[in-house]
Amino acid sequence: MTAAAALFQMLIFPGFFFLIILGLAGQFVDRKLYARLQNRVGPPWFQPVADFFKLLGKESVIPEEADKRMFTLAPVFALGAVIASSFYIPLWNAKPLPAFEGDLLVVLYLLLIPTLTFFLGGWYSRSIFSTLGAVRSITQLFAYEIPLLIAVISPALLANTWSISGMVQYYTSHPGRWLFNLIGLAVAMVTLLGKLEKVPFDIPEAETEIVAGTFTEYSGRFLAFFRLAIDTEAIVSASLVAAVFLPFGFGLAPWLAFLVYLAKILAILAVLALLRTVFARLRLDQMINFCWKVVAPIAFLQVLVDLVVKELL
Amino acid sequence: MIFSVLGSLFKKPATIKYPYASFRMPDHFRGAPKFDSSKCTGCRLCIRDCPSQAITITKVGDRKFEASIDLGKCVYCAQCAETCPRKVIEISTDFELAQTDRGTLKVTFHAEPAAGACPDESP
Amino acid sequence: MSDIEHIVQIPVGPQHPALKEPESFMIDLRGEKIDAVRMRFGYNHRGIEKGCEQRSYTQDLYLVERICGICSYSHSTAFVQAVEEIAGLEVPRRALYIRTLVAELERVHSHLLWLGVAGHEIGFDTLLMYTWRDRELVMILLAQLTGNRVNYGLNTLGGVRRDITSEQLPSILKVVDSLEERTKYYIELAQTEETLRQRLANVGKLSKEDALALGAVGPTARASGVDRDTRRDDPYGAYRDVSFKVVTDNHCDVYGRTVVRLGELMEAYSIIRQLVKNMPDGPILVKAPRRIPEGEAVSRYEAPRGEDVHYVRANGTEKPERVKVRAPTLANTQAVAKMLEDGYLADLPIVIAAIDPCFSCTDRMIGINDHGSGPRRVMSWEELSRYGVDFYRRKGIDPSRITLRGGSAA
Repeated sequence: MTAAAALFQMLIFPGFFFLIILGLAGQFVDRKLYARLQNRVGPPWFQPVADFFKLLGKESVIPEEADKRMFTLAPVFALGAVIASSFYIPLWNAKPLPAFEGDLLVVLYLLLIPTLTFFLGGWYSRSIFSTLGAVRSITQLFAYEIPLLIAVISPALLANTWSISGMVQYYTSHPGRWLFNLIGLAVAMVTLLGKLEKVPFDIPEAETEIVAGTFTEYSGRFLAFFRLAIDTEAIVSASLVAAVFLPFGFGLAPWLAFLVYLAKILAILAVLALLRTVFARLRLDQMINFCWKVVAPIAFLQVLVDLVVKELL
Repeated sequence: MIFSVLGSLFKKPATIKYPYASFRMPDHFRGAPKFDSSKCTGCRLCIRDCPSQAITITKVGDRKFEASIDLGKCVYCAQCAETCPRKVIEISTDFELAQTDRGTLKVTFHAEPAAGACPDESP
Repeated sequence: MSDIEHIVQIPVGPQHPALKEPESFMIDLRGEKIDAVRMRFGYNHRGIEKGCEQRSYTQDLYLVERICGICSYSHSTAFVQAVEEIAGLEVPRRALYIRTLVAELERVHSHLLWLGVAGHEIGFDTLLMYTWRDRELVMILLAQLTGNRVNYGLNTLGGVRRDITSEQLPSILKVVDSLEERTKYYIELAQTEETLRQRLANVGKLSKEDALALGAVGPTARASGVDRDTRRDDPYGAYRDVSFKVVTDNHCDVYGRTVVRLGELMEAYSIIRQLVKNMPDGPILVKAPRRIPEGEAVSRYEAPRGEDVHYVRANGTEKPERVKVRAPTLANTQAVAKMLEDGYLADLPIVIAAIDPCFSCTDRMIGINDHGSGPRRVMSWEELSRYGVDFYRRKGIDPSRITLRGGSAA
């Protein structure tokens, strides 16, 4: 593969640029669905783009007491980590460029980084509300990350490989076996709400309690990139869930596989928007209770199912 | 909850795209007051009862009076219309009265020399 | 949460997304738990009581109405009742029925608004959108009946200004029918929706003894089992002619307050139906004098938030000598500090919202800390303006570059 083609793949399609466009489109789908479910009109299709450019044009205020370097680098690292993790996930062709044995764990690790940047950005803003939001962000991390890891690893146990593209190949050659992982899919959807900080787990950004949590002091282009990172994280996490739990449609013709991919992403975003609409925000202690006492055992159940199935097959 | 929420997807939205879609208040809504100077006798009872001193009456001729209503001060209570013994003040249903310059909110109702009064409103 | 010794002080208010109106709550936080609350009021003080003394009774009708937007009719009616009592006016029955009808419609719109705000405070925006959509039915009905969506301007000394025509009566019943169905859905939601119960139950606990000791009124007190309702204990308007239940609950927490308000909504629909059915004919007004004879009266009214007390003293002139307003939120805020004790920060918005705070009603007085009284100074407007410019210049900000548009008095 020539350097130019590799660069094109990384920066334009299906890399950086494409993911950002998809991220903004995903934000539109989420907001429009949320509004329609609430009997409202909702924003027009270009709203996320308009919001991004509007924020770029606003004054970026850095608080006097904030640590300037951490404050400005946090959004950059968030966006960078999200884009980097997308290279290892098979979106619609079964073997992405840098795939290797173990890339599942690398992706999970890279997707941890945005939450860490929320914490660092909020902590180094040196404002009371930001500190509270940052601490809540990290506390929430300990609650949802374990069930998510367990749920995502279970299909890998069945497929006997630590590479996502390897898993996709296994499930494509043994059609129907992905149905054993539906419990894990449910767990992943619930914990995804925690990772993306959406209701009922949007505690770190609880508008009525701590103004805007981590993002209280962020404005202008820093806020624009933080929000872009969150939108892209939604798309990349949804792609991970689609690749791990819904590994069908990879063998079709490229453009058909692309459409299947878009449909899967759309379905996952729609379910997330629906869950966002019907629940109230939980308190931090209630959320931790729920994740450790209910969600984690169900994730362990999924591991059990996969181990049993592996023995029997 | 989930079923009624899903049902909302198929219903028309409850919000209208105002101001691209027009909206009218019910009849008898208390909007901006209008003054018919041909009937005014200059008793100034309206000024006495106005809660916010929004209306001023000036004499411009023999039994001819002009009124100036400051829509910025008016609280749209219609007490002036009720107090006036000759029903000179009429309440319309206009509510889209916003202006960018405070001065243009003062609306003057001139007295026409000929029969019938013509309100002179700056836009 | 771990018991951190470090205490953080966070300011909730005066400007905060949780508060719809400005008030200052300084919270001492230990981790996520609230250690102490210090409240300071007075940000909404507008000098209304003094303003009432300088305006005639007719003008005061509209000033008193604008103490609050949501419970404006409460203040208007309480004031008018006090003045009518001093003047010895006998308000015709039809006017009393119309007043009670609009009062109950206001209760409906206020409780639906509260449901939406409570939903928003716990992050349940769908409830906000749904209840406020339903509330539009009442607002449009009130605009048709009275001429405005808020600040109805319906009361006048001696009766009401507008009559309800026979064509309007069926539309009132239609609105009540559709709202009753929606309220039944919200009652079911409160009983079955799990995340809602998790956020509302066992939050903001106030025992019956505390409610009585701290002087809580309205749904806040009734949710702690205190059986008090001014409409039944001291009837005014047409409440003697209608039968209704006083809704109390024993949960003593925010969930109880939700249940009480939903119950009051259902009772309000029943009261409105009775009033429409039994509306008497007759005049809607008796002539009231401009000069009210000497005397004083205390008038009590059950506003959606609790007991609203107005005191008026007349001295024979066109203007009242003294008007005093005790809004229900003032009585309930003492209880807020008790409710927040040992609670979580996350519960703060919903606990404050649960007393249905209306700080515009509350601030009738402002306390000024006198840091060492020096000589008095009177500044003219130009002096004050120059003082302000110098103050900011010393801080390094140059306000002379700011230009004001509009031209009139800035």
